[in-house]
Amino acid sequence: MSHSYLILARAMLPEMTLVAGALLALAYDLMFGHKRTPAERHSAALWIGATALVAALIDSVSVGVMGPVYGHTLLLDKLAVASRAGVLGLALLTLGVAAGTKPARHPAEYVAIILFATTGFMLMAVAHQLLVAFVALELASLSLYVLAGFAKDRRESAEAALKYFLFGGMASAFLLFGFSLIYGATGELDLTRIALVLVHTELSPLLALALVMVLVAFGFKAAAAPFHLWAPDAYEGAPTPSAALIASASKLAGFTLFMRLLWPGLGALAGDVSAAGNASGWTTLVAVLAGASLLLGNIAALAQTNLRRLLAYSAIAHTGAMLLGVIATPLGGAGPLFYYVATYGAATAGAFGVIAVLEANGGCQKITDLAGLGRRSPLLAGCLVVFILSLAGIPPLAGFVGKFLVFAAALKIGGVAGPAGWLTLLAIALSAVSLYYYLIVLKQALVAAPAPENSGRIRVPLAAALALLAAAAVIVGLGVLPSLVLGWF
Amino acid sequence: MNLLPYTIYLSFAGAALSLVAGMRSAAAARATALLTAVVCWGITLYAACGFTPSSEVLTLVDVPWISQLGIHYHLAIDGISLTLVVLTGLAATAGILFSWNIEERTGEFFAFYLALIGGVYGVFLSADAFLFFTFYEIAIVPKYFLIANWGSTNRQYGAMKLALYSFAGSALVLAGLLWIYAVGHAEGFGLGQLAQAAVTLGHSQQLAVFALIFTGFAVLAGMFPFHTWAPTGHVAAPTGASMLLAGVVMKLGAYGCLRVAMSLIPAGLEYWQPVIAWLAVVGIVYAGLVALVQDDFKFVIGYSSVSHMGFVLLGLATATPTAVAGAVLQMFSHGVIAGLLFAVVGRMVYERTHTRELEDLRKMPLHRLMPFAAVVFVVAGLASMGMPGFSGFPAELTILIGVWQISKVWALVAAVGVLVAAAFTLRAIQVSFFGRAGDVSGVKPDLQSGTHVPAGPVHLMAPITWPERTGAILLLAATVVIGLKPDLLLDWIVPSLHSPLLQPIWLGGAP
Repeated sequence: MSHSYLILARAMLPEMTLVAGALLALAYDLMFGHKRTPAERHSAALWIGATALVAALIDSVSVGVMGPVYGHTLLLDKLAVASRAGVLGLALLTLGVAAGTKPARHPAEYVAIILFATTGFMLMAVAHQLLVAFVALELASLSLYVLAGFAKDRRESAEAALKYFLFGGMASAFLLFGFSLIYGATGELDLTRIALVLVHTELSPLLALALVMVLVAFGFKAAAAPFHLWAPDAYEGAPTPSAALIASASKLAGFTLFMRLLWPGLGALAGDVSAAGNASGWTTLVAVLAGASLLLGNIAALAQTNLRRLLAYSAIAHTGAMLLGVIATPLGGAGPLFYYVATYGAATAGAFGVIAVLEANGGCQKITDLAGLGRRSPLLAGCLVVFILSLAGIPPLAGFVGKFLVFAAALKIGGVAGPAGWLTLLAIALSAVSLYYYLIVLKQALVAAPAPENSGRIRVPLAAALALLAAAAVIVGLGVLPSLVLGWF
Repeated sequence: MNLLPYTIYLSFAGAALSLVAGMRSAAAARATALLTAVVCWGITLYAACGFTPSSEVLTLVDVPWISQLGIHYHLAIDGISLTLVVLTGLAATAGILFSWNIEERTGEFFAFYLALIGGVYGVFLSADAFLFFTFYEIAIVPKYFLIANWGSTNRQYGAMKLALYSFAGSALVLAGLLWIYAVGHAEGFGLGQLAQAAVTLGHSQQLAVFALIFTGFAVLAGMFPFHTWAPTGHVAAPTGASMLLAGVVMKLGAYGCLRVAMSLIPAGLEYWQPVIAWLAVVGIVYAGLVALVQDDFKFVIGYSSVSHMGFVLLGLATATPTAVAGAVLQMFSHGVIAGLLFAVVGRMVYERTHTRELEDLRKMPLHRLMPFAAVVFVVAGLASMGMPGFSGFPAELTILIGVWQISKVWALVAAVGVLVAAAFTLRAIQVSFFGRAGDVSGVKPDLQSGTHVPAGPVHLMAPITWPERTGAILLLAATVVIGLKPDLLLDWIVPSLHSPLLQPIWLGGAP
């Protein structure tokens, strides 16, 4: 066991870069900000933030796969490297979304907090010990609460932040309680050793309680039904880039963390969902969460008139499919789930990017606010089509391949005879239902005529246009050539 | 032969080009689209000339694509897909000619149109189930926008209904394919690999999977009772899209039934055969009777499509080489004839009279006003009724002969369907084009005064344009040529029925 600080510093290089970038953005604004217009401060902060993210991306690629670091506190395996890169890419997309909005009142603080949140996500991706995992999760969550409430002059934003904070705080309490029970039962903190202890342990009531606690917290963080209640309000009220970050990078980091926690750590308690009546474990609970999320998300989305709430319910529905991917991880490897969550994040954040640009050009809350988008801005409409069709799971876009991979792995668990198989068939059936609400969105964008008061052409800021095009290109590119990602695992 | 994959790529490239060209002028978009469609059709005809009929499935491209799941980018061709690819080229070209009058957002229209065509070519050429499914879904999306944007009566409703039915069908197909792949431990999604995997499934599972996949595809083929999207969708669609929907897209469903459902799980076909055949027979007669009482001219044609597709499904369900050969021939024949009928009703008549109500049309002396349209419709109607000399006759006859060998009852009921088809076609011809033949023949057609012409804009009736004439003549030529010499297609189709992929159908399917 090596506890070399030098190696630790090397492994943490991307995180340090991000923190330095955040401080630099703050310092620059403090020193030069008072002389500049808000638009200049906004773009300076964004460029500094983007540079830091790109630098961190280069760092994390050059650091590469290091295996266990600092004992078993961190683990830089292939999944960690991929998640770090994914999180950074999605954070970069979030900055692109921010570039499309009107300048915030404190742009440097906003960008700095996005970078802090990203640091938290990065740590979540590599954490391999309960305490580090918890601290990383809290760093990310606290930053996200602030980001959700950043539009201080809007009541909805404050409401979103408060709801998100209360639910999230509760979830953290559950998680900490669960962790303490796991520690109490096994006497260990790092996941490798916990796994070693658990191999020889039966599922005691204490451990069962710990599992429930952990999964409740996971459900809250991932917005799985029935712990989803914060999501629609947070998506609706939060500033658009914040919502994009909550929906994309946060989800990717969360799923990486919990997949690590559940399979390598608590894999011995997984139970068996290949057939009805088999031994139960945490997969049973995850299956329940998945089924509830799929049903509730898809059905509630049918009734939405607000675009952001629709995306929130679509996020809940996708969470259901992702949870199915968590159950299927031993059969498909981490690749399918990572692919699914990462490309889902790109599509959702991209959709929020389109909303952000529209918001700066007259507002975008209701689905009907998209009316005539095809004529007002072919670029935005084209990108939105890619994002929405990917969310809907239409080939050859990445959203389809992600679902396909996850479903193929999930059906291998026990065929169609057991709960996993039923859930998969349910998910496939509901994906046909979901087409309805996605088509409603596209109908407004491409078919409906523009509203008279909102019919001018939309000017898309260059940075936002580049970010959206890049996201669309990633979704199409990875959809056509999924092996680029899958081959890494 | 090796050029065939370019039909897919060129169509998608043409879609993008039309979009760009449409930003400059509508004429440029039209020209781009027509050029693309003609070149693609030319490629298919060139390939057809160099095609040697055999029982081999000829691989065009085969490269590993998603190696983690054993998915290949595998395009292949045999006589059956060649027939349908040629049909696609013809229908696409004719459809563009009949869409010449699209003035609003022309570039976008042709972009969606060519994207749909590209997907259709892709489906007919795919030999890997994943690839097949990908192209299948690519073909569905543009349909929604074509109808919702450029359609007529009740277009939002028709478009959404059609899209949801199609996607529900494809969800069933996806579930079935994944089921075979995962439970049968297939090495990949090649049709041959899946067929091997399907055999390892238990008998009851095979039956369930077959039901999923066949139903999924049959929805798109317009099988009773899942056909209701077809008339509403066809009526709502703009003419070019109706021609494509009825002419080619419904064939995607039938082709999927044959190439995927039946060839992968012949045991399932054996079990479900009576159900499918009865549904097909009921569909033939029921849709024919419904067509007989429609007031809307386009609904008559919409239901006639369902009725004729019933013959295709009946031929497939019979699962003898004769009947299946007839079914494929019927796919081609119906693709051409339905295109013609929709062209006359949707473009020639509706765009000029602005009504499709048979009662209103009865009051207009259309055979005088539009002799060309009247001739085309009469000929197409005769072909549709199955008159000898036109492609419908050899197709339906071959199917009925094949069916007779298996079940005389089905053949007899289906033959009643032929009579019903004659009834509704003759009624449509009579009412629409020769409604007041007697009244008008006595008087000079004094159109300017409008005394004999109740509907207002009739006297402004524009002459039939050259794109309409060209498109109609192309389709008429096809139905006559195939009607007089069906061997042209049957020589391709029949040897391919004995390809290794389809062989299990004859072994496991025939009772």
